[in-house]
Amino acid sequence: MSSDVDRAARLRELMTTEGDAVAENTRGFNAGRYESTGRLDDYEALKAEARSIKEDAIERLPELVDRLTEQVEANGGTVYLADDAADANRYVREVVDERDADRVAKSKSMTSEELEVNEALASDGVDVVETDLGEWVLQLAEEAPSHIVAPAIHKSREAIAELFAERFDPDDPPETAEELTMFARERLGELIEDADVGMTGANFIAADSGTMLLVTSEGNARKTVTATDTHVAVAGVEKVVPTVEEFSPFVELIGRSGTGQDVTSYISTLTPPVDSPVPKFDSDGNSLADGSGDDREFHLVLVDNGRMAMREDDELKETLYCIRCSACANSCGNFQSVGGHAFGGETYSGGIATGWEAGVEGLDVAAEFNDLCTGCSRCVPACPVGIDIPWINTVVRDRINRGEAESSQLDWAFEELVPDEEPGGLDLGTRLVGNYATLAEWGSRTAPIANRLANAGPVRAVLERVAGIDRRRELPAFADESFVDWFDARGGPAVSAAAATREAVVYPDTATNYVDVDRGKATVRALESLGVHVRVPDLPGSGRPPLSQGMVSTAESAAENVSSALSSHLDAGRDVVVIEPSDLAMFRREYGRLLDPDAHERLAEASYDVMEYLFGLLENGGDPDALRLPGTADGPGSSETADTRSGVAYHPHCQARTIGVGEHATAVLERVGYDVRVSDTECCGMAGSFGYKADYYELSMDVGEPLREEFGESDRVVVASGTSCGEQLDALCGGPTRHPVELVAPPK
Amino acid sequence: MSLSDTTTFTRRLDDLGVRVATGPADACAELVAAAAGEPAVGAPLDVPEASLPDHVETDPTTADLRAAHTGVTGASLGIAEYGSVAIESDRTGTEPVSLFVDRHVVVLREDDLVPDMPDAFAWLGPRARDESVDVVFATGPSATADMGGLVHGAHGPKEVHVVLLETESSRHVEDTDE
Repeated sequence: MSSDVDRAARLRELMTTEGDAVAENTRGFNAGRYESTGRLDDYEALKAEARSIKEDAIERLPELVDRLTEQVEANGGTVYLADDAADANRYVREVVDERDADRVAKSKSMTSEELEVNEALASDGVDVVETDLGEWVLQLAEEAPSHIVAPAIHKSREAIAELFAERFDPDDPPETAEELTMFARERLGELIEDADVGMTGANFIAADSGTMLLVTSEGNARKTVTATDTHVAVAGVEKVVPTVEEFSPFVELIGRSGTGQDVTSYISTLTPPVDSPVPKFDSDGNSLADGSGDDREFHLVLVDNGRMAMREDDELKETLYCIRCSACANSCGNFQSVGGHAFGGETYSGGIATGWEAGVEGLDVAAEFNDLCTGCSRCVPACPVGIDIPWINTVVRDRINRGEAESSQLDWAFEELVPDEEPGGLDLGTRLVGNYATLAEWGSRTAPIANRLANAGPVRAVLERVAGIDRRRELPAFADESFVDWFDARGGPAVSAAAATREAVVYPDTATNYVDVDRGKATVRALESLGVHVRVPDLPGSGRPPLSQGMVSTAESAAENVSSALSSHLDAGRDVVVIEPSDLAMFRREYGRLLDPDAHERLAEASYDVMEYLFGLLENGGDPDALRLPGTADGPGSSETADTRSGVAYHPHCQARTIGVGEHATAVLERVGYDVRVSDTECCGMAGSFGYKADYYELSMDVGEPLREEFGESDRVVVASGTSCGEQLDALCGGPTRHPVELVAPPK
Repeated sequence: MSLSDTTTFTRRLDDLGVRVATGPADACAELVAAAAGEPAVGAPLDVPEASLPDHVETDPTTADLRAAHTGVTGASLGIAEYGSVAIESDRTGTEPVSLFVDRHVVVLREDDLVPDMPDAFAWLGPRARDESVDVVFATGPSATADMGGLVHGAHGPKEVHVVLLETESSRHVEDTDE
């Protein structure tokens, strides 16, 4: 079953040992990304340009590889197209053997990690030296990279100082970052001088000239190439772009997206064999310019290793656009807490690693960490080539589900509650969450019993053991009257269609309908106070919960049901107002994958976040005085307490930010007179059902820690628009957390 | 090259902690002497009227390179918006001279400044295709954050100085401004 003590323990250990260093570094990179991309004149246009170059290159890849091969050979180099890692390693070993090399100096290359070429060469007795400082530290420590750009991000300065002291026993052990760097520079400098072969990766390769581009900061790649007469570059086939001119947008984006640098110190554009003399460090009395550059050799090893098959796979193909910048890792709440040793596979880490590991290694490797993508989607706007990384994670999860599906004895007992479209035998925790809409309806019908039962000790123990729901989480209480029933009982719309400025359907999402009915009522009051004719029809669930579990077929049926149920309203020109941001994100983003394009476009264009909609009404002449102003009685969302606070602490929902509706709440709250402090934490950590799972409860709380630090001691009203953000903030800050509409809706 | 490129370029270099000295081509030796430490090695410059001071060894041995504090080289191009300089590999050893030293002194003609990154790759494209050039776009000193803090001089130079040679046209513009 899903609850896995080992997994929770492993994550706990990583959070304790590596979490602080990873969090500090990745959050720093992520903040740097916002600053650096903010300095660009047109960031979005640059990303679109980069994306279209990659689309074109992958489409024409076989032709470009042929052209590249001709160019490299014309320049005097050799190209070897390797089918897989073993094939690539065999070739590299031959080159090293023919050069009769004792030592290979290497600059950082993820592709070489994928090949495990160091091990292959070591088995021939060759000394392989990683010259990137971070990689060298890991080589000494015999550890794997925890980040694709900054591989030793999990190691503190103190840990590195200890490692050097232990390994080298120096007279005057280096301690400061400066001392450690100079110590490494000196040692590595000597090792590079004695190396015979230099091995690098390549960030991009131009087919029109055979030029390869390397993005570095330390200068070790430059030394590796210059100081040795034999250069071996290993690169995935997907690194090829048509022309040198097309390097430009990637150079502008890669450093900004990754570590927040406008550009890294060195962008090497080499058309090898390179045109420099080879310094003769062992007979150093001769002129440097002795013509020895004529003897240089160059070998380009282009690696397939599953990539050409990924190119034929409609869902995984986008992975090949990845430029390994690490933005998806740095912007990810879970990655910030655990790093790549948990959120990663054999080689790659972060959100996009699911695509790489599924394509290169296989589904079983991707399955080990794929759960850690919660679909919060904060990596989507961060990705410089616009890869829909959460979708790749969802698809891979679906494939894993289907692969693992075996019939289970318990299934029959839950069939009525979990009427999904997936094959039987799916993990029960997955199915319970995936069918939350049905579960919630049942819970609401039997609310007094269901609520008492749900939080009762013995039931929680069973839920934890059987379905993996952590007993430390308070379960949301079901309302005894649903939002739809309340609306009917009050006699429907209070503003007639004839008197209305606009007509809107308020979407009764599962959480609002059965759990948090107050925010639904507040929405109706707010819209009606601004003259909107409101309807609250009974509508099907959006499919968000099943999609989050990788149950794509079930989500697809939900999308079709929602689309057809809303069809007559859309025909009548009504707007669709959505309270739960994760459902609005479904309509706008994910339905693009689940519905036919026309149906998706029609729904996406008519749908609004409730705060976005209020903002639009106010912009179009709506009277803010008709809303509830701060300082007035009948406090936030409740007629019971007279809350007159005017300070608000607001956490925008992750998916709301991605679809561009995170800021409207701030604008509306400020418009009516609130003082709003907005958090910049990417995701609260709850992420729908994720934080309820026993495996991930502690991780979820750790991801939310910055929010607790920011809002926990605040005397402001804490607001968040997502239901699960609200539950998480309640747990972190004590609660009660309100939906922003509850602060601006006029009193009952 | 325009006056605004020069302004942008020097401002970027300032952000990067790179010192800039500006003057006419015939003052090159003087400006380089002021920027260079000792011992210094160099690659011959290919700029009319510009020369290097005598103490810069322009046909160094590998031992000279090892012992050098400063390496002086020309740059083929500067990118104003980024404060980058294009170091082009050649048979005289521009690449090692710019790399295996503590301080890199770069001589660049103002005329060779381009506004932005796409201009640099528009320049590189034909040269890469026709001449197979190897160019490093270097922006500030070598840097690493792998040892628990930002440090300059990880493998390459710890410091970079730029000597920017004015052209007739830019001096003329400055004169009329005064």
